[in-house]
Amino acid sequence: MSLLQIRNLTLSINGTAILHDVSVDIAPGEVVAITGESGSGKSMTALATMQLLPDGAETTGQIVLSGQDVTQLGEAAMCGLRGNAVGMVFQEPMTALNPVQTIGAQVAETVRLHRPDLDPMARAAEVLTRVGLPPGKIPLSRYPHELSGGQRQRVVIAIAIACGPKLLIADEPTTALDVTTQAQILDLLKQLASEDGMGLMMITHDLAVVAQMADRIAVMQHGHVVEAGDTPVLLADPQHPYTKALFAASNHRVILPETHQDAPLLRVQNVVRDYALPRTTLFKAPGTMRAVNDVSFDIPKGARIGLVGESGCGKSTLTRAILGLEPVQSGTITLGGEPVFSAGRPNLAVRRRMQVVFQDPYGSFNPRHRVARLITEPFHLLESKPSATERADRVAEALIAVGLSPADAQKYPHQFSGGQRQRIAIARALIIRPELIVFDEAVSALDVSVRAQILDLIAALCGQYNLTYLFISHDLSVVRTITDHVLVMKSGEIVEQGPTEDVFTTARHPYTQTLIAAAPTLPERMHHA
Amino acid sequence: MLRYTLKRLLSLLISLAIASLVIFAVIEVAPGDPASFMLGMNAQEDTLAALRAELGLDQSKFQRYLTWVTGMMQGDFGTSYQYRTPVAGMIADRLWVSLPLALYALLLSTAIAFPAGIYAAARRGKPGDMGVMGATQLGVAIPNFWFAMMLVLIFAINLRWFSAGGFTGWDKGVFAALKSLTLPAIALALPQAAILARVMRSALLDVLGEDFMRTARAKGLSRGQALRRHGLRNAMIPVLTILGLQFSFLLAGGIIIEQVFYLPGLGRLIFQSISARDLIVVESVTMLLVFAVIMVNFAVDLAYAAVDPRLRART
Amino acid sequence: MRRNLMIGGALSALMVLAALVSFVWTPFAHTAMDIPAKLQPPNGTHWLGTDHFGRDILSMIMVGARTSIAVAFVAVGIGVGLGVPLGLWAAARQGGWVDEIIMRGNDLIFAFPSLVIAILITAIFGAGAVNAIIAIGIFNIPVFARVTRGGALPLWAREFILAARVAGKGAARISVEHILPNLANLLIVQATIQFSLGILAEAALSYVGLGAQPPTPSWGRMLADAQTLVSIAPHMALVPGFAIILTVLGLNLLGDGLRDALDPRLREART
Repeated sequence: MSLLQIRNLTLSINGTAILHDVSVDIAPGEVVAITGESGSGKSMTALATMQLLPDGAETTGQIVLSGQDVTQLGEAAMCGLRGNAVGMVFQEPMTALNPVQTIGAQVAETVRLHRPDLDPMARAAEVLTRVGLPPGKIPLSRYPHELSGGQRQRVVIAIAIACGPKLLIADEPTTALDVTTQAQILDLLKQLASEDGMGLMMITHDLAVVAQMADRIAVMQHGHVVEAGDTPVLLADPQHPYTKALFAASNHRVILPETHQDAPLLRVQNVVRDYALPRTTLFKAPGTMRAVNDVSFDIPKGARIGLVGESGCGKSTLTRAILGLEPVQSGTITLGGEPVFSAGRPNLAVRRRMQVVFQDPYGSFNPRHRVARLITEPFHLLESKPSATERADRVAEALIAVGLSPADAQKYPHQFSGGQRQRIAIARALIIRPELIVFDEAVSALDVSVRAQILDLIAALCGQYNLTYLFISHDLSVVRTITDHVLVMKSGEIVEQGPTEDVFTTARHPYTQTLIAAAPTLPERMHHA
Repeated sequence: MLRYTLKRLLSLLISLAIASLVIFAVIEVAPGDPASFMLGMNAQEDTLAALRAELGLDQSKFQRYLTWVTGMMQGDFGTSYQYRTPVAGMIADRLWVSLPLALYALLLSTAIAFPAGIYAAARRGKPGDMGVMGATQLGVAIPNFWFAMMLVLIFAINLRWFSAGGFTGWDKGVFAALKSLTLPAIALALPQAAILARVMRSALLDVLGEDFMRTARAKGLSRGQALRRHGLRNAMIPVLTILGLQFSFLLAGGIIIEQVFYLPGLGRLIFQSISARDLIVVESVTMLLVFAVIMVNFAVDLAYAAVDPRLRART
Repeated sequence: MRRNLMIGGALSALMVLAALVSFVWTPFAHTAMDIPAKLQPPNGTHWLGTDHFGRDILSMIMVGARTSIAVAFVAVGIGVGLGVPLGLWAAARQGGWVDEIIMRGNDLIFAFPSLVIAILITAIFGAGAVNAIIAIGIFNIPVFARVTRGGALPLWAREFILAARVAGKGAARISVEHILPNLANLLIVQATIQFSLGILAEAALSYVGLGAQPPTPSWGRMLADAQTLVSIAPHMALVPGFAIILTVLGLNLLGDGLRDALDPRLREART
């Protein structure tokens, strides 16, 4: 008999339909993945199972957990189930824990609520040990802010499994984590499920994660389950067109046009960047943290270079130094032989030869300006400002180049989707024809299908404009397809560099090897599906 | 934690030093010579000079500032120009009215605002919330001295439950003294309670949207339990800030309210001294009030650290 | 909540209108004494009654509105004019010594009990509307500086600011072009709140005799006059009291209504 049976679940919030006829089964000990892009309704399915829906939600259908229909249970009975028969792990470990309570107290609270027969603190210590945080190493008296993201996610998992639930729901549990930490957390979840015979509902947008650990997969789109089946079968032979498209987009490869590489355009030589730490004593000079340590590399004209590394490795700091936004402590960064930062201020002569595309398609535009004004901002760098008609022509040209229409120039950014905004960001970077473009996690916030389109766009623009770019990303699969040379960064240093395919197939540095091994991948045959 | 305390202490000392300089400077530029004011228009030049010497007014500004500050540190606030008695004694008498009044009002305002704010947050958008919010809108808009007059009209003149003003003194018994402070305290407290209740509600609503509240619910805590065990302490941080500011409002508001109720507190002392150009008293009372506010803010800073472990860790 | 905006707007507009009309017309001259007609409760001739000199209270309220609004308005102007640039400057130099000095200075002003200092200033430099404006205005500066800095800091971390920096724009230009327009809503709401607090502060100062001096009528002094007569002529206290309450309530509701109406998140949710 199934542990969880969701039958014909239909959900609307304040009259807006969110889920239509969703049915999912989970057996004890089984890992079932619910996957889909943002807005597909996968998280709502999880919240409905917990009966933690937002106000104004109305459901029909059944959610039967161990023979009980939770949609018919009162709030008091649900409180008895939550944390006890069913536990939940959330996406954002940095904010999922109460900042003013110790981790021990937060785990013990669940025990105290549901298992009066156990000593809460002893049980908390036991569970935390199980998730890899033994009190000998991480005392129960620690506060969340004293732990790393991965450690915090372990605490959240400990809270969820403290009372030995039959079902564990994990909503994007590793999306906010680095790839090596992600691998560890996924292993932990899988191990806990099999050891305890727990059913595990994995909500994730990442098909590669799903392929690795799920017994069965349900693919959702617009609130419908469009296809469900055993993982090997579904991966080998997807039936629904959306599933096929999703798989294709996840494994999307672009074809970069051939390029002729010239002399170095950007030269980074022995760059060191220190940050002042917060003052610890009143009278001593504050300490410093070395974010970038003796980094050197060249970007020849026409090269497409990738920079990969995990959070905190110094890649953002390096990016800011290259853009001339911050000074460096020693070393030089030059573009075409001229320093990007000189005499205490950014060198505008160099700046106009370089542009950037940022990650967040929502934060990178002033919400009060129209597209025309937004994408012409770099004109500020030019010595002679273009005339009004020339301006309009170049706006139209840039918008067409990125696949938008010249009429879009009069719209505001909130009238566009995330993918369209990223196109606008690229238009803004292209408009003054820079020699170097920095893509800073430029596709990381996008759904896979949109990401595939933006990658295609970049590849196409490479042919059209003979772009030189530095592509910074934590996502190895993206870097692999969009660059022809790659730098691997760890703890402020470049530990390995070389032609992209060589690095990915025969990595020499142990860190690169770990990184590549940890990155979840879809089975290669999917490529042909 | 020790480091944090020391750091706050240092900034407290700097604030006090600058505040004393500013107050001294303001009083210095005040037009009018206290000596001629005390002796009247027809005073002889040599009598004036003698009085100036006696009051220390012939010394350099810097020296007078030092004398004033070092004196205050030893509890010597100088001698009143008007009464020729130590200012410290005058202030001490008045403090026994003003301080209890401020504390009484703070207590009342907290006792009203916390439950009201929590209730409104828990009933967000429902009639109970709307009722509380409507009442606080009105409470914020009412000037406390007008409210005091209305209290007098209703409870003293018409109902005769309280006296219309004056202070019985603590020697007539704590109950009688508190009774004569009750109407003033209510007049001070209600408008402040309205502000505090609004802050409490919005702080709680902000916390309700946090991810860790969802974690708490996923543990099996009911809405109410989650609010009490995880919401309140996190919501206390903005509330503490307002509570600290309120003390300053209550001290200052007390000055006006003392006028309405004819209470012999610091407020009346300040007004009497201003009209008599008894500037040393004005100077010292102002400094004392500023000192009290700075000390309360220091206490609030320490309370933050007690509530929030992240602050304890940071320097 | 369109209701807040409507009620608040209507009340605020009523007060401004009363003040403006008083320049050209009041039912009686606000200084005209008529001792035989003193202490009349509201009636057909004197709609809001008369005071202890037989002066028409409605006329005094209308002219008093002028004083209150002028004092509060200029005081807010001082706060905006000095506080907003300081806040923008502090945010642009976040963590630097400029930021530190501006914010410490703010803390220091906050440490002074505002009303005490206002009393001190007006007492020493003379009672009157101008000194009242200065005394109230000084305490508006740190409020606006803090609100501006608080609103600007998260904006400085946004990528569109980074994009503007990459486009070679300096801190001052970015502050004016990108930061300030995105703070406009916040500042409008804060200005209405400070306006209403200014009305309350002006009333308190003139109540203790430190605001506008006779013969200029002010609501606070009308209340001071009413105090000893409150048992025989309660309307003398009720009318100016209600004038203050309705004005302040109106401004606060207007502030709330504006915040809801201007918040783009709420606006998008509605459409």
